[in-house]
Amino acid sequence: MSAPTELLNVQIDGVWHQFPKGTRVIEACRRVGKFIPHYCYHPKLSSPGNCRMCLIEMGMPKPGPDRKPELGPDGRPVISWIPRPQISCAQDIAEGMAIRTDSPLAKECRNGVMEFLLINHPLDCPICDQAGECHLQEYSVEFGTASSRFLEEKVKKPKHVELGPRVTLDDERCILCSRCIRFMKEIAHDDVLGFVSRGSYTYLTAYPNKRLDSNYSLNTVDICPVGALTSTDFRFKMRVWFLKETNSICTSCATGCNTLIGTRQNVVYRQTPRENNDVNSSWMCDYGRLNFHYLNSPERLQKPQIQEKEALVNSNWKSALARAGDELRKFVNGQIALIASARMTNEELWLTKRLIASLGIVDHDVVPRRGEADQILLSADRNPNTLGAQLFGITNENPGAKLPEITEKVRSGSIRAIVVLGEDLTDIGLTTDDLKKLSLIVATGILPSETTRHATVLLPGSAFAEKRGSMINSKGRLQRLNRAVQAPGEARDDWEILRDLIQQLTGTNGIYLIEDVFRQIADAIPEMKGLSLSKISDKGVSLAEEAEETTKATASI
Amino acid sequence: MEIPAELESQIDEVIGHYPVSKRSATLPLLHLFQEYFGLIEDQAIEWIARKLELEPINVLELVTFYPMFRREPLGKHHIRVCRTLSCAMAGGYQLLDTFCKHANIVREHSGHDDHLLKSADGKYSIEFVECLASCGFGPVCMIDDDFFEAVAQEEVPQLLEKYQ
Amino acid sequence: MASTVRTPHPREKRIIFRNIDRPGWTNDIDCYLRDGGYAELKKAFAMKPEQIVNEVKASGLRGRGGAGFPCGVKWGFIKPGGAKPVYLICNADESEPGTFKDRYIIHQDPHQLVEGTIISCYAVNARLAYIYIRGEFPLGAKILERALAEAREHGFLGKNILGSGFDCEIYVHRGAGAYICGEETGLIESMEGKRPYPRIKPPYFPAVLGLYLCPTIVNNVETLCNVKHIVRMGGAEYAKMGRPNNTGTRLLCVSGDVQRPGYYEFEVGGITFGQLIYDICDGLRPGRKLRAVIPGGSSAKVLSVADRYKIKSRQPDGSMLEKEMGLEELPIDFDTLAAAGSMAGSGGVIVMDDSRDMVWALNNINEFYAHESCGQCTPCREGSLWMKKITERMLHGGGTKQDTDTLKSVADNIAGRTICAFGEACSWPTQSFVAKFRDDFVAKSAGKENGTGSH
Repeated sequence: MSAPTELLNVQIDGVWHQFPKGTRVIEACRRVGKFIPHYCYHPKLSSPGNCRMCLIEMGMPKPGPDRKPELGPDGRPVISWIPRPQISCAQDIAEGMAIRTDSPLAKECRNGVMEFLLINHPLDCPICDQAGECHLQEYSVEFGTASSRFLEEKVKKPKHVELGPRVTLDDERCILCSRCIRFMKEIAHDDVLGFVSRGSYTYLTAYPNKRLDSNYSLNTVDICPVGALTSTDFRFKMRVWFLKETNSICTSCATGCNTLIGTRQNVVYRQTPRENNDVNSSWMCDYGRLNFHYLNSPERLQKPQIQEKEALVNSNWKSALARAGDELRKFVNGQIALIASARMTNEELWLTKRLIASLGIVDHDVVPRRGEADQILLSADRNPNTLGAQLFGITNENPGAKLPEITEKVRSGSIRAIVVLGEDLTDIGLTTDDLKKLSLIVATGILPSETTRHATVLLPGSAFAEKRGSMINSKGRLQRLNRAVQAPGEARDDWEILRDLIQQLTGTNGIYLIEDVFRQIADAIPEMKGLSLSKISDKGVSLAEEAEETTKATASI
Repeated sequence: MEIPAELESQIDEVIGHYPVSKRSATLPLLHLFQEYFGLIEDQAIEWIARKLELEPINVLELVTFYPMFRREPLGKHHIRVCRTLSCAMAGGYQLLDTFCKHANIVREHSGHDDHLLKSADGKYSIEFVECLASCGFGPVCMIDDDFFEAVAQEEVPQLLEKYQ
Repeated sequence: MASTVRTPHPREKRIIFRNIDRPGWTNDIDCYLRDGGYAELKKAFAMKPEQIVNEVKASGLRGRGGAGFPCGVKWGFIKPGGAKPVYLICNADESEPGTFKDRYIIHQDPHQLVEGTIISCYAVNARLAYIYIRGEFPLGAKILERALAEAREHGFLGKNILGSGFDCEIYVHRGAGAYICGEETGLIESMEGKRPYPRIKPPYFPAVLGLYLCPTIVNNVETLCNVKHIVRMGGAEYAKMGRPNNTGTRLLCVSGDVQRPGYYEFEVGGITFGQLIYDICDGLRPGRKLRAVIPGGSSAKVLSVADRYKIKSRQPDGSMLEKEMGLEELPIDFDTLAAAGSMAGSGGVIVMDDSRDMVWALNNINEFYAHESCGQCTPCREGSLWMKKITERMLHGGGTKQDTDTLKSVADNIAGRTICAFGEACSWPTQSFVAKFRDDFVAKSAGKENGTGSH
């Protein structure tokens, strides 16, 4: 444990407070409810102090004749105010410092900077994606004027520049705060952006022939305070004030970056990172961020289906589940295999474990997904819940190790039935001929595949944005998904499908809510003891023993 | 990009002046390229970036900031006329006009960045520059690397004679 | 070429400029040595570095680049025995409009600068120094490089200087046409090979986090030359010249509407504007009257002949006497000019007579600042170009009634709000011209309510 941090006395707008040494002035003010408007400052990046919007009045204790601070009648130091306004984003507090965030001088500074930012700014609000979440718009309401006294021609700069495959740049809107340049250099380690030209004609660019194509490029869109950098994917799609934002997590790799899923009328329009200093700081990678379009695919499986005379016909849930149960009961132990997915939630995996037990299945595993880790956020494990699958015994310390044996047994005929949950059997090496050999395939899924086309019973499930549940990331953090949209058609929550399937097979139920599932888990698994879905909250809970190690590792992001 | 050996040895010598950080050598290298080739092309920017282990954008940022580095070739002889206050008071603007007349340069202003004017035959290019630090003896100008003070309008033709 | 014969005026006191225009003088080291050059270097190396710093402190030398900050105090910020190396940079980026003094030292007397620089390096323990010279002095750069080579050959530079055990190397670094590189932290950024964006202070005070984030001293050419003379005569003797708190001599550069513009060296405060203009520079052009003087480079606030200043001066008996003066009576020193609401700055005196339109003059200055603004921070980047566009529009007949007040308001929103002093530099001219010559501006906006721009 480190020594307790020293507390310093700081006066903000006439009231004395205490803050830990090393607190930035602007953060100290925010903590006591005094929000100071700013553009270029970002808590996760270096502070250049160039926008000048956070100017405030600062004072220090007046030294007495003995060089010590002169004390006033209240026993506090008398403040000597610095005539020149100071920026609050680049300096840490000091003992006896005093700040005025709302004095006439501070207001004048803000109004002045606001005016300067608007004189060359194009009147693009009606067509600009940033409208509704634009700091220039917001602060101009508070600190701007209703009409402009600028009578000159505005400076023209490149508009609609394809800065990279996913980012569009409008140089006229840019206020030259340099957040994007600093992010790319300091966080994404890809120093590809810079300012060219000089003075009022300065503009942002990437070197010709070099593109902003880093896997973290869309974070610059998040941090751009105006509409200069916009997501090409989201461009002109939806006004942000219509979006409902649901807290969830990304499921494209084992990092589990915290996200906000932006939806309207049951359609997902975008994902943005949600700050969690124990996981992803304020960032997420482009790959995970954009990996949601399949949710809206017209090919989504929407109706339960049953195979009749070699073709799949639509059915209903009651019949489909009954058929699945009947068919499964025909096989004895050792003849059924189960391929689950490490993209399933803990609740789904827990019920899978019970399904495995009730059917006496010994051949079960998940489908591994590996890629290259990038030392920033992207994990080498592209499955979001491998740890969950391991914790519940669906797979072992070597996910996928049992798959070759299973494919062998399918080919040799000793396995005659497979339950496939959210995966495609051709991904584990089986061919469509092998699939035809099987007597029974019970499959859940969300999109059509060879497996679903050859299924005996097809049960449409939900995608990540359509379910509530929990997953465990690569660092042992238990995190929660929340439902942002409804699954299409008649598709259902996978945990409910599994519960009903188990009921078909064993007759037992007793679970009505997903919280009940979690309670069962908490009772059975020591690591999850005492937890509940609401206790996890949207920030998650670290299960790993070395919780401190986790914080340190991600703090370097 | 082809870098002649003598230029390369000058480059290596100059880099040695900055033992702490190679990046400091960007400006001197750009000067060497500007003098040798008359302009800074994309290949030069990439070459310098590779040599100093920088990104090309780091070099481009400097090339576009400093007016002495050109992305387009200058005329065979380049004339710089000071336009700042003391020289303007002494006739700097008229001096540029006189130069343009005698050097056959048409004074057309296309846009902000396009403040470099060239004669049709490419012999001369001319631009206004800011204070050249000889304000008491204005109007002042430079032709290539040579400096001239207290230039009378009548002297312009004979000055140009020396730069053919 | 008009005659530019410049013999020193009898009233001058040429110490720094002793060898400028000196008959028979050449800029090579042999000439310098024959004249007794590098004797001060030898004297300095027989002293301890702290002693030299103390002499400079005692001399009261104030920076000659424009800010007038006491040199000894600046050097005192470098704590000896620090873990990081110390660097020294000579600011030879002379670009302040109206200033033309360092040019002559560099071209005609480079060894004075080299000697002063080496002594200063020794005093602050800087083993590596650079002379940042503006790109538009290509000949000056070559002359300095040759002078440094000559100094190395003679053992005044390089390893184990004069057997003292002190190693020092100095290199010439050329700028490329940016005025902002004259700002000390902009210069440091430029030296590091980045865009010369000045740094925020706190925390990047050069004496603590300068070049390569190590303690760095940045001094003007003239200041470093003064160090040599302080070593020669001693700090106390140096302080006898000039006035209390405004010691030594300084180079004044006079340009504009005078008969004999040029460079002159006087004791600080040893001459008034009236004496400078009428006695030294032979007065104004025929039939003209004085209207305005910019006393310290274009960044300094303009002084009007119609102004009245209340200046305090210390009398021989120690008492303070306050006197009301006009422009011509002002002695030219740091404190007087500050009290008059301007600054001594770089010593560039620009004289304007009654033929000059002040809107035209301000527009010329505004265009300079709009062109030279680095663009890093909002007020200066947007405001400098805005002010230039207003005065330009006024000059071309498009002035409106609000323009005069808008100009002042824009300038007020820049000064004090920026990262570096360029904010003051670009707004002080507008503030002072509009305040003191309001009629010129109002005349250019008579009769129009709104301009031709967008509304």
